[in-house]
Formats: sequence, C-alpha cells, structure tokens
Amino acid sequence: MAEVPNLAPALPEIFIAVIAMALLMLGVFQNASDKEGEVRTAQLVTKLGIVSLVLALMLVATVSGGVMSSFGGMFISDPFAVYFKVLILIASTLTLVLSRDYLERLGIARFEYAVLVLFATLGMLMMVSANNLMSLYLGLEMQSLSLYVIASFHRDDSRSTEAGLKYFVLGAVASGMLLYGSSLVYGFSGTTDFDLLSVMFSGEHAIPDAPVGLIVGIVFILAGLSFKVSAVPFHMWTPDVYEGAPTPVTAFFSVGPKLAAFALLLRVMIGPFGGLVAQWQQIIILISVASMLLGAFAAINQKNIKRMMAYSSIGHVGYALIGLAVGTEAGVRGVLIYLAIYLFMNLGAFACILTMRRGDRMVENIDDLAGMSKTHPLVAAAMTIFMFSMAGIPPLAGFFGKLYIFLPAIDAGFYGLATIGVLSSVVGAFYYIRIIKVVYFDQPSDPLDRPVNRDIVAVLIGTSIIVLLFFLIPGPFIDAAGTAAASLFKG
Amino acid sequence: MNSFPILSLLTFIPLIGAGFIMSIRGEAEVVKRNARYVALWTSMAVFLLSLMLWINFDTTTSDFQFVEYVAWMPEFNIAYHMGVDGISMLFVLLAALLTPICIIASWESITERVKEYMISFLILETIMIGTFAALDMVVFYIFFEAVLIPMYLIIGVWGGPRRVYAAVKFFLYTLLGSVLMLLAILAMYSVAGTTDITTLLTYTFPAGMQTWLWLAFFASFAVKVPMWPVHTWLPDAHVEAPTGGSVILAGVLLKFGGYGFLRFSLPMFPVATADFTPLIYTLSIVAVIYTSLVALAQQDMKKLIAYSSVAHMGFVTIGTFTLTVQGVEGAIYQMLSHGVVSAALFLIVGIVYDRTHSREISTYGGLVHRMPAYALVFMVFMLASVGLPGTGGFVGEFLVLLGAFQANSWVAALAATGVILGAVYMLYLYRRVVFGELTKEHLLKITDLNRREVAMFAPLIVLVFWMGIYPVSFLEVMHVSVGNLIDHVMTAQAASGSLVVGQ
Repeated sequence: MAEVPNLAPALPEIFIAVIAMALLMLGVFQNASDKEGEVRTAQLVTKLGIVSLVLALMLVATVSGGVMSSFGGMFISDPFAVYFKVLILIASTLTLVLSRDYLERLGIARFEYAVLVLFATLGMLMMVSANNLMSLYLGLEMQSLSLYVIASFHRDDSRSTEAGLKYFVLGAVASGMLLYGSSLVYGFSGTTDFDLLSVMFSGEHAIPDAPVGLIVGIVFILAGLSFKVSAVPFHMWTPDVYEGAPTPVTAFFSVGPKLAAFALLLRVMIGPFGGLVAQWQQIIILISVASMLLGAFAAINQKNIKRMMAYSSIGHVGYALIGLAVGTEAGVRGVLIYLAIYLFMNLGAFACILTMRRGDRMVENIDDLAGMSKTHPLVAAAMTIFMFSMAGIPPLAGFFGKLYIFLPAIDAGFYGLATIGVLSSVVGAFYYIRIIKVVYFDQPSDPLDRPVNRDIVAVLIGTSIIVLLFFLIPGPFIDAAGTAAASLFKG
Repeated sequence: MNSFPILSLLTFIPLIGAGFIMSIRGEAEVVKRNARYVALWTSMAVFLLSLMLWINFDTTTSDFQFVEYVAWMPEFNIAYHMGVDGISMLFVLLAALLTPICIIASWESITERVKEYMISFLILETIMIGTFAALDMVVFYIFFEAVLIPMYLIIGVWGGPRRVYAAVKFFLYTLLGSVLMLLAILAMYSVAGTTDITTLLTYTFPAGMQTWLWLAFFASFAVKVPMWPVHTWLPDAHVEAPTGGSVILAGVLLKFGGYGFLRFSLPMFPVATADFTPLIYTLSIVAVIYTSLVALAQQDMKKLIAYSSVAHMGFVTIGTFTLTVQGVEGAIYQMLSHGVVSAALFLIVGIVYDRTHSREISTYGGLVHRMPAYALVFMVFMLASVGLPGTGGFVGEFLVLLGAFQANSWVAALAATGVILGAVYMLYLYRRVVFGELTKEHLLKITDLNRREVAMFAPLIVLVFWMGIYPVSFLEVMHVSVGNLIDHVMTAQAASGSLVVGQ
C-alpha cells in the first residue's frame, strides 16, 4: 500500500476543494425551478462561498510558518506561498462581495458563479504552492478553465461571450507555450522538480553551461507566464477581456490571476532558474520597460474606464517586474509589497466603477463619471484616493509601492530602468488625474443612480482606508513581505 | 532636546481641524459658516503656536532645534525626523501666517463647496509646514510631493475658465521634476545608507555622482522656483487659481524650490554646485530680464504678477549660488519678502476681481477716486515689489546684488537691470489701474475695502515695513545657520579642489 502523503500543508486547498464541490451539490439539489428560486440559491451559495473563503484564510494563517512540502515534493507551503495565498483569498472574498448586487441586477445571478470563483481560487492557491512544473501546470489550468467560464458568464451579452472566447483561445495558446517550454526543460534536464533544477544551475554542482534547448524552454515558460500576468508583448487580450467581462469578474481578473501568476513567475525564475539570472534578466527588463511604456501611453486615449484600467494594470505589471528584473531579495520584497498595495487600490477602483449605474444599466464611459463629486461625494473621494495612489503620489500607498520597487533597482545599479519607470509614471499620472478631473471639475450631465449598494460601500471604505493610511503603519506589511521574500531565496 | 513636540503640533493641528470640518453636518448655510470659522481658528492657533517657535528659537546655534525623532521604517533606516534651523524656521512662520490670511480672503469669494475648500487649505498648511520642518529625505519628499493633491483640486475645482488645463499642467510639470528627485534620493540612500538629512549634510558624495544628483534635484527645484524656461506652468496656474490658491502658490509653494537649493543642493553637492553656478546665473538672469519684459506686455493683472514672481525668484537663485553671506541671506530674505508682497498683490487683484469679475487691466482705471484706501494699500505693496528702500523688498534685492557683486560683477550688473524693469512694469500697472479718469461704467459704483479686507492687509503692511526698516530681527535668525552653510560648502569645495591638485 502506498504511503499516505502529509496533507497538512495543503489543508486550505483541500478545504476549498471539498467546499466547492459541496456547494455545487447544494446548488443543484436546491432544484430551483423559477427565476426567483435561482436567485435565492445563488444568494445562499454566494454567502456560503464568502464564509468558506474567510475560513480558508484562517486555515492559511494556521498552517503558516516554516517550510513544509508534501506530495513527493510537488507541493510546498512556505512563507512566500502563505503571503500570496492571503492576498488571493482576500481578492476572491472581496470579488464575491462585490458581485452579489451586480449579478442580480443583470439577471445572471446563478449559483455556479460562486462555485467557479472557488475553483479558480483553488487553482490559484495550487499555483502559488507548486514546486514542480507538473503541479504548476495543473494549478494554472484549474484556474484558467474556471476563469474562461466566468469571463463569459453574462452569456446573453455578445461582448461577454466574446471576451470569454478570446480569453480561452489566447489562454490556450499561452498554456500550450508553457507546456512546450516545460517539456523542453524536462527533455534537457531530466527533471521537472524545482529543487532538483535549482541544484543543477546553482551551487557547487552546477553544470557549467546550460544547454540552449533548456534556455529556449525557459523562454517559452516565461512567455506563457507573461501572458497570464498580461505583460507586453503578451497583453493583447487584456483590454478586450476586461471590457467585455462582467465588471466584478474584471475586478477579479485584474488581481487574483495576476497575483497567482506573479507568484509563479517569481518562484520559477528565482527558484529553479535562479542560477541562470544572466539568461533571463534581459528578457524581464525588456518586458518590464515595454509594459510600463505601453501601459502609460495606450491608456491616455481610452474612453471606456474598464479598458483604461486594463492598460493601467499592464503598466503596474511593468513596475512590479522591475523588482524581478533586479533579481535580489530586496527586489522580490518590493514586488510583494507592490502587489499587496496594487490589490487594494485596484479592487477599490473597481468598486467605484461598480457604482456607475443608471437604472439597471451599467455605464462604463469615463465621461459618465462627470460631476460625481456632487452626487456621490463619498465614492468620488474614494475614487480620488485610488487614482492619486495609482499615480504614485505620496502619502498614499501607491507611492510606497513604487518606493520599494525603485529602491532595490537603484541599489543594484539599474538606473536606466528606474528612470524609465518614473518617467512613464508621470505619463501615467496624466490619465489618472484625468479621472479626478472628470469626477471633480466637470459639471454633471446625467447623474448616476443612488443609493449605492451597501456591500460596495463597505469594500470602498475598507480599501480606501488601507490605501490612505498605509503610511502610518507600514511595518507589518514590510515584515511579512520581507519574510516571504527571504523564504524564496533560502530554498 | 525639547520634549514639547511643537513642530508636530504645528504640522498636524491643521489636519485635526480638517477632520473636524469633515464631520460638520447640517443645514447648508450653517455648515458653510462653521467650516469657515473652524478653518480660521485652527489656522490662527497654528500661527500663534508658530510665534512660540520664533520666541523660543535659539539664534546662537546652527544646529537643528525642536528636534523630534520617531522610528518609522526601521528596516530601511527611515525615520520621522523633524527640526528647524535658521534657514527653515522663518518659512514655517511664513506658511503659518499666510494660511489664515487666505482663509479670510476666501471668506466671501468662495461660495461653492466651502467645506471642501477649507479642508483643502488646512491640508495644504500641514503639507507646507511639514516640508520645511522635515529632516528626513523621504519624509521631506512625501510632504513636497503631497502638495500636488490639494493644489490640483484647489485650482481645478475653484479656478477660472481654463482651470482644467492649468491644473493638469501644474500637476504634470511638478511631478516630472520631482520623480527625478526621488530617484536621486534613492541613489543617495543606496550610497550613504541613510535618508537622514542631518547625516547627509556632512556626507561627501563622489564628485562624479554629485553632478547627476545635483541635476536630478535641480530638475525638481527649478520647476518649483520656477526658473526660466520651465516657468510656463506658473502664469497659467496663477491666473486660473482662486485668490487663496494664488496667494499660497506665490507665497509659499515657490519657496519650496529656493529652500530645496539651500537645504540640499548647496551643502550636499558642493562640488557640483561650483560646476553649475554659471548655468544658474545664466538662467536666472534670463528670468530676471526676459520675464520682466514679458510682464510689461501683459493685459491680465494676475499674469503680470505671476511673471514678476518669476523675475523675483530669479534674484533668489542668483543670491543662493553666490555663496556669500550677503547673497544667501539676501536670497532667503527676498523669498520671505516676496512671500508677503506677492501674496498681498494677489489679494489686491482678488479684491477688484471679486467686485467686477475681471482681471483685464484695460477694464480698470481711476480706481483712486472710488477706492482711496485700496489705492494706498496697492501703492505700498507695489513699491515693496519694486524694492523701494524702507520696504522688505529692498533689503532682499540689495543683499542679493551685494553678494552677486562680490561673486561676479557682470551678474550683478545684469541683475540690477531687473530692478529697473521691475519698477517699469509695476508703476505702469499701477498707473493704468489706479490713476486716470474714472470713466468705466461698471466702476462707478465700486466700493472701497471693507473691514474684513483691512484686517487681512493690516498684518502684511506692518510686516512689509518691519522687514524694510528693522531687518535685523529676521536676519539674526538665519545668520549663524547661513554662515555655517557657507563655511561647509567652501571647505568641501576647497577639499575637492586640493584633491584634484594633489593628484
């Protein structure tokens, strides 16, 4: 009889898997026959989903501390993974909270939504903990397949279905590249295990010259992952999918999968291929510069706020990649802090976008925000905070994100990269302050609906307080990110 | 040193006031009135407290005083470190003085979103005082850059017809300059391992690095001062900003740049300072002469005063880089007197603008017949701006020219033409607005200063004469610190010179 693996490190994942399946059963056996019953079922399942995500968050907190691995070394739980899991679970929870009202209004409140979000979350958690190219791929696909479905969740809307299809086709190509890269790596190194790969390229037993085929494999893996974090030149799907997908789903896309893919990118590049920094560093620098510039310039002309946020997220990925390009522990810590801050300000901004509603119709043009400061002072103030924060104006959190990214970059002598970074942040500031201009300076044309849903207000207040007051107690954030980054480099 | 955290109180009392205003609820009119009063009393309290700062200031030492130190991000060695010396103390006072005056000036002219306006001004006060009192580069940078947020909103929400253009231009110009400074700060941190200003003041950076750091800081401060040719945001911002915004902009925010040169560029990069002094001289002289001529051609009163600000700040940069006691003290003095005088001039424009809603010079004429008190006040500040002996403007310009003459007599000669040109455009403005026949239809019923407006000008008039007649009370504050600064720069330059010779 085979030995039973140690399940303790994977407890949160197992918990979510079981809960997701149970909720699926629950939804099906509610046997809703009419529209009202469907909505009721959806409400119930969503609520239970939120509760279980919070419970999973607690579970993650309990398994934290120390490095544990399981399933023959394919699955690892270290402070790095825990850091990302906490962020991902926060993102998923807030997404479910933000979705409830929206889906009901659009008449697409079905219980499958919450279940799919749970499965996607499960996939992300697995990605974060993957310590083998195979478990990496499994987690990635688990996540992607669920996301393809929720992208087109508004199935009567042509834009939403188009978004889902586009995401699926391009995502499949990216997955294919990743898989091909993995097979090349396996072919030239004989293993898919991260620890073994790591030993192969660094330390005293390192092989002197990495075979070219292996480098090609790494490039393919990098391309696949760049697609998932929507870095230039693999970003083309982002604006269309962001625009077409239901807004709460877009909010989720902009944080959840990005966090998970970033975790993978960091772990794969620093861990197994850490010894090959010289080979991949230039690629990351190129991707980072291209993303920052494209994110800054392409967003200027956007009329649709979701498209603008798509380009903005591409730009933010570019900044975060600076930290990886630097390749030091401080750089990775910068990425971790940046992503945590990005999570809060981006979800907050999307919560603001979710309040843009006239009747039962959601409006998405930037001009529709005109004069919002008169009709919705609270939302307008929150929007201002998020936009200034994204532009990186102190004392808001976004500034500190940039600070901890540029600090290691300057320290390691990447002056050019840092200069391009700050200059493109000035260009980026233009479109962020344009939103503030529309909100505060323009006269209202056709006011948006009031009152705003309570869930959204709660998320707004929570995130804006974090963004606004980050500077008071940055310590815990920095410490957590520091421990997480250190654990990546130890291993 | 001092257990009473006076600088933190000065910095954060306005913020508490802002929080208080935010919580005001009720009927619209009551809210407006209460917001105005809370803002006024808060800023008055800050001003009185800032007088305590002056009274307790020790003028015999160049050390930082009223120092506060709290660890903030210990793993990065970044701390909340506050303190003032003879260079920064008077700027704190200036900011604390001008804020209540701005609030009085906006008492009746701002009727829309009064609550938000007052909150913005109090936040602005926090940021201004924080910038001058910060003794950590990162804390300084946070205050320095945070000023963009309230100022952007003040120009954009309460400004004139082209306010959006002006606000965005102001924001982007300033941001572009300051992000480069951020990189320089990070580079200094990576070399010196600290962002503490007191430590960095005595740290010697390699000469090659100094050049780059100096340029990065220059990018930021040159935009803030503003120096020619990056001054173009200033006329736009001034013209479109509400009166209170213009006053703060001209009175305090421009001084961030001059203060920055004195606090960072000179002592931290002395070698680069010596290399770049000709550049500064050239740009400043162009600013003094060219913008004076531009001012002469202006049709808009606010624009004229805005260009005159650029010219006056040109004197400041010349004085700063002469590296003589007279020049540097003159530069600081010029900043202080310009802070008072240009603030008053913008208030003067604001008064007629409130009554007629026009800033065009051609729509005025003969105001002296209806507004004698106004004409008198205008004359005082016009002459102070020209630099008439007996007013604050004279002392500053005189000291700067004295310093410049010691450093480079050509610079002094060219800068002195600016004084003449200044007299030309100010007197010409005054003649067109105040003198002549009162023929314009809409001016026949115009009213003279009311009590609120007199109260607003009274302290400024007292101050402008005080600064002109007895400058010692201000100069003694800065004397020791300036002397120390110049000694330090000279020693460092000499050391680097002998190093080159030695090789």
